[in-house]
Amino acid sequence: MKSLLELAGVGIQFGGLKAVDALDFTMPEGGLLGLIGPNGAGKTTVFNMITGVYRPTSGRIVFNGGTISGIGPSRITRLGVARTFQNIRLFESLSVFDNVRTAMITSLRHGISHALTRGPAFRAEEDRIRAGAMELLGIFDLAEAADRDAVSLSYGDRRRLEIVRALATGPRLLLLDEPAAGMNPTEKTRLMELIAFIRSKFSITVLLVEHDMKVVMGICEKIVVLNYGRKIAEGTPGEIRTSPLVIEAYLGKESAHA
Amino acid sequence: MKRYLPHTLLAAGLAGAAILHFVSPQLDDYAVNILVLAGINVILAASLNLVNGHTGQFSLGHAGFMAAGAYASSIATLALAPLVAQAGQPAQHALFLAALLFGGLFASLCGLLVGIPSLRLRGDYLAIVTLGFGEIIRVVIQNTNALGGARGLEGIPAWTNLFWTWGTAVVCIYTIACLVNSTYGRGFIAVRDDEIAAESMGINTTKYKVIAFVIGAFFAGMAGGLYAHLITFIAPEGFNFLKSVDVVVMVILGGMGSTPGVVAAAILLTLLNELLRDFEQYRMIVFALLLILLMILRPQGLLGNFHKRPKAKP
Repeated sequence: MKSLLELAGVGIQFGGLKAVDALDFTMPEGGLLGLIGPNGAGKTTVFNMITGVYRPTSGRIVFNGGTISGIGPSRITRLGVARTFQNIRLFESLSVFDNVRTAMITSLRHGISHALTRGPAFRAEEDRIRAGAMELLGIFDLAEAADRDAVSLSYGDRRRLEIVRALATGPRLLLLDEPAAGMNPTEKTRLMELIAFIRSKFSITVLLVEHDMKVVMGICEKIVVLNYGRKIAEGTPGEIRTSPLVIEAYLGKESAHA
Repeated sequence: MKRYLPHTLLAAGLAGAAILHFVSPQLDDYAVNILVLAGINVILAASLNLVNGHTGQFSLGHAGFMAAGAYASSIATLALAPLVAQAGQPAQHALFLAALLFGGLFASLCGLLVGIPSLRLRGDYLAIVTLGFGEIIRVVIQNTNALGGARGLEGIPAWTNLFWTWGTAVVCIYTIACLVNSTYGRGFIAVRDDEIAAESMGINTTKYKVIAFVIGAFFAGMAGGLYAHLITFIAPEGFNFLKSVDVVVMVILGGMGSTPGVVAAAILLTLLNELLRDFEQYRMIVFALLLILLMILRPQGLLGNFHKRPKAKP
């Protein structure tokens, strides 16, 4: 299978601190990879490097055959990488519909001049975007809430809206940063179904950062474990569960021998 | 019919400006002057609202762009007015329009030059840079003899009337409303709400900020041109920091990001300014009290959070 994302020796240093060091992993097209590790292991930093928020100080990130390390976040998104955030970052003064519509700016062919003249081409494009956004919201049961303020949604719905907004950019790779954070067991089960559904419906590759082991072990095909910015293990959920290094990282040395 | 609503409103607005112009001979000069000033303030406030309100970039340099437009258009009319003196009314109107546009374009060029480097800054830093820019423009004019220096520029033809002023105001409001109420324009609000998320949605935030800045500067420049051709005399002192603050007050009073609110506030403050003219020294006290009261009672501004959203379902 062709690899969609490849990290080769990627590292980043903040002053004297190596937050991530010489990280290698590849993701095949259509795969679902989980990135796990204890708090402060550098998982979100890896996300920020892939999406262009941080520029890696060493190594190379290749997406779909082209190097993306060093180019800005908006351009990387336009190439087909979308993300959600650990602490939800919706556009709070906009409606649910507008949140999704804003993410579709990437697909606009007409710019300012059309917005001002409001001719037939502009209206056709607005109609296309309206239909696209409503279809996406419909798929995720948010169509009823389209005109509500994004902030008025329940916590679970806000997380879902963030995923819908990311999908609206038309990505090939979706990065989910701790989507299960703060969810109760029922919501977590629904989230796992949702991720499986997204993969089948949009044939999308998913990179997941998650703390919740039940979620990670339940849906990921492959898992990469980080600790102190280094990769300490990589493999299937079964292999990770029994890896002594991983148990040590999470539970400490004593417990590993207990 | 609904689809042509923006065009209809634009046409109605321009017709309104024309009607205002044709009834103006019935009004006394004082009233006409105040109406023109109100229109100029509406343009300034609505255009600053695109930058400060919708896009969330706190600029304190609006008077600088106003000055750039005022001087550019005045220089143009002063140089070319003798040529059209014999040609009659239509030629004079055409020259005035061209001069206003020239002033606007010159101001937006200034906006571009200031915006590209400074819009990488945020919050207080951007405010300070734009404040510095406004002062630089003023000091440069003050020390340029060709522009009259500190003495100012006089003898500018009194061509500003109600039609040109309110016509420009209508076009300004139309432009901003159309921009913000389109998918493209939702990007401005996205930049204000969360820059990191906006960038992650494929929005080039720097480009959006520069565009808001350039459009804002364009209309500030037009307003400057209208002001110059109303007063017929301009001096650098008239475009100082306090003028920028006046406009910021209108935006805050009206409600950041609410065009109707900001327009109402601009008209209200122009009138209040005139009503309090007899109490010159106490005017600033009233203004300050008004702002303090507003911040306590209605921090989102007069009409903030009041704007209607387009329905998602057609």
